[in-house]
Amino acid sequence: MAEAAPHPPEDRARTSGATIRRSSGATVRRTSGATIQLENLTKRYPGNPAPAVDCVNMDIKAGELVVFVGPSGCGKTTTMKMINRLIEPTSGRIRIDGEDVTGIDPVRLRRKIGYAIQASGLFPHMTVAQNIALVPRMTGWSKRRIAERVEEMLDLVGLDPGEFQGRYPRQLSGGQQQRVGVARALAADPPVLLMDEPFGAVDPITRDHLQDELIRLQHELHKTIVFVTHDFDEAIKLGDRIAVLRERSHIAQFDTPEAILTNPADDFVSGFVGAGAALKRLNLTRVRDVGVVDFPTATIDDPLQTIIDRLRRGTTNEVLLLDRHHRPYKWLRRGDLMRAQGSLVRAGTLVHDTVTRDATLRDALEAVLIDNAGRVPVTGRRGRYEGVVDMQTLMNSVHELLEEDRLDAVEHQHLLEEQRAQQVLEEQEGTTDAPEELA
Amino acid sequence: MSFWEYVAGRRAQLLADSYQHASAVFQCMVVATLIGVVIGVLTYRSEWAGNLAVTTTATLLTVPSLALLGLLVPLTGLGVAPTVTALVLYGLLPIVRNAVVGLRGVDPSLVDAAKGIGMSRAARLLRVELPLAWPPILTGIRVATQMLMGIAAVAAYASGPGLGNEIFRGVSSLGSANALNQVLAGTLGIIVLALLFDAAYVLIGRLTIPGGIRG
Repeated sequence: MAEAAPHPPEDRARTSGATIRRSSGATVRRTSGATIQLENLTKRYPGNPAPAVDCVNMDIKAGELVVFVGPSGCGKTTTMKMINRLIEPTSGRIRIDGEDVTGIDPVRLRRKIGYAIQASGLFPHMTVAQNIALVPRMTGWSKRRIAERVEEMLDLVGLDPGEFQGRYPRQLSGGQQQRVGVARALAADPPVLLMDEPFGAVDPITRDHLQDELIRLQHELHKTIVFVTHDFDEAIKLGDRIAVLRERSHIAQFDTPEAILTNPADDFVSGFVGAGAALKRLNLTRVRDVGVVDFPTATIDDPLQTIIDRLRRGTTNEVLLLDRHHRPYKWLRRGDLMRAQGSLVRAGTLVHDTVTRDATLRDALEAVLIDNAGRVPVTGRRGRYEGVVDMQTLMNSVHELLEEDRLDAVEHQHLLEEQRAQQVLEEQEGTTDAPEELA
Repeated sequence: MSFWEYVAGRRAQLLADSYQHASAVFQCMVVATLIGVVIGVLTYRSEWAGNLAVTTTATLLTVPSLALLGLLVPLTGLGVAPTVTALVLYGLLPIVRNAVVGLRGVDPSLVDAAKGIGMSRAARLLRVELPLAWPPILTGIRVATQMLMGIAAVAAYASGPGLGNEIFRGVSSLGSANALNQVLAGTLGIIVLALLFDAAYVLIGRLTIPGGIRG
C-alpha cells in the first residue's frame, strides 16, 4: 500500500490512456464468459485412501471471476486443473456452458480454455509473438489474422507491440513475462480462463499493478475466470466470489469477498481472513462509490482580488488552487496571501498527494491520514480536479458500508438456513437425491 | 623423402582417402543421429526404459573397436558394411544419452503449460520438447563425431574406406622408408577433418539453436 500510494495518479492515467487507444481500434467482437459447473468432482490418487479432491460441487456464473483460496496442499490447484483436464477426475462431471466436457477430447477442450501459470510458462525458444500466436496457429487462423491478433493482445496487456513482439522471454522482466503469459492465454479468445497463482513469482509492487490490470481486463472482456492463489488479500482484491477451500478441496465458504469478510462461516475461514477484516474491507470499495465533497476552488489565472474576496466572504477559510490544466496545485488559507505579500507563487502549501476515483478507500484513508489537515483532492482524467475526500466522509461511508454488509450477511444467513431446512424436509420425505454440500 | 614431399607426391590418394573418411563419418552420423534421437524420444518418459537405452549404448562402447569389427566381419563380410555398422553403434551412446538427459531436463512447468494451452502430444514434442533439448543433443552429436573420426580409422582393418588405410599401411611396413610418413599423414588428416567438422558444428549450432536459449 505505502509503496503504491505515490504511483497511482500517473499510473492510472497511463492505463486509461491505453484503453482509449484500444477502444478507438476496429476490433470489437469478443467472446465473453461461459458458465462452469462442477458436479461431485473427485480425484483419488492410487495408493492413497483419502481423495485429494473430495466431491466438489460448484456453480460458476458466466463472466464471473472466482478465486480458489486455501492453504497449500488443499487441492485448489488440482481442482482447477480438472477443469481443463490436465488432471483427469476420478469421478464427477464438469460442464462448461451446460456441455458435459468430462468425456471430450482434452486437446480440443483446452483450446477453448485459456491457461496462465506461475512464472508465465512462456517458451524460452520462441519470441513473444510466437508464444502468443501458438493457440491461434493451432486452431488454424490465417497468418494475417494472427499477426493482427498478436498486436491487439500485446496492446491489451499494456505492452508496445513494436517493441516487444520480437523479443525472447528472457529479455523481459518478470512482470512483462506475466503480461505476455496472460496475452497468450487470451489469444484465441477463449470463454474461460484458468489462472494458477499467476502473480506468485513477481515482486509486490509489480504484483499490485498486474492485479489492477487484470481487474481492468476483466471489466472489458467479461471472461469466466478461475483464479488460484494462497494469498487471501489477492483473493479479496480480485474475486467476484471467493471459494475458501480447506483440505481435500472441501468448500469452507463460497461467497462474495464482502460476505466472507463480515461474516466468515467458521473458525477456519476467519483464521484465513486474518486480522483487520474491517481494514481489508476498505480495499473493496473505491473512492467513486463514496461521496466526494465539493471544495471551494480557484485557478491561478483568476485575478488575485477574486481569490481574496472568496476567502474573506467567510463561508470558508481555505480554497484549493488549481493550475492551468485544472489540476490541484495548492491549499490556500485566509492569511496565507497576506503573509506572502500577495504573491500566489509563495503563498499556501503545495498539494503533495491526490487520489483517483479508482483508488480504493484504503489508499484514500492512507492519503488522508498523512495529510495534516485530513483531506485529499480527488482527480479524474489527466489529473483534473473532481472533488475532495476528508476524514469525515470516509468515516461515514465506512460505517454505512459495514452496516450494510452486516445486514446482507444476516439476510444471507437466513436464506441459507431456510434452504437447509427445506432440504432436510425434502430429504426426510425422500423426494430428492440431496446435493452433498454447499456453503 | 621428407613428410611434405611425401604428402605432395601422394596428394590425390590422400585427398580421396580423406574424402572417403569424412563421407563415411558424416553418413554414419546422420544415421546414428536419427536412430539415437528416436531411441531417446521413445524412452525418456519411462525411468527404466531410458536407463536401459543409455546403459546398453554405453556397454556397446566398452567393446574394443578392433574386436567389434572382428565380430562383425563374419556377419556382414568385409568393406563398407561392417564399417558403417560399427560406426553407427559407437555413435549412438553420446546421442542417446544426451537426448534422454536433454528431454528429461525440459522444465516440467513448460510441458504443463504446453498441455494446458492445448498442444497435442506430437506438437509438444516437436515444438517444445525437442527444440529445448536440442542444445544438449547437438553437443552429443558433436562428441560422437569426434569419437567416430578416430574409430573410423580402425575400420581399415575390415577393409573399410578412409584414412585408416594410410595408417595401417604405415604400421604394417614399419622400418621402411615411408612408414612414418604414412602414419603421420593419416593421423594429421584425421585431426584436420575433426577440426573442420567441429567448426561446422559451431556453425550449425548458431543456425539451429533459437536466440532465446542460445547460451
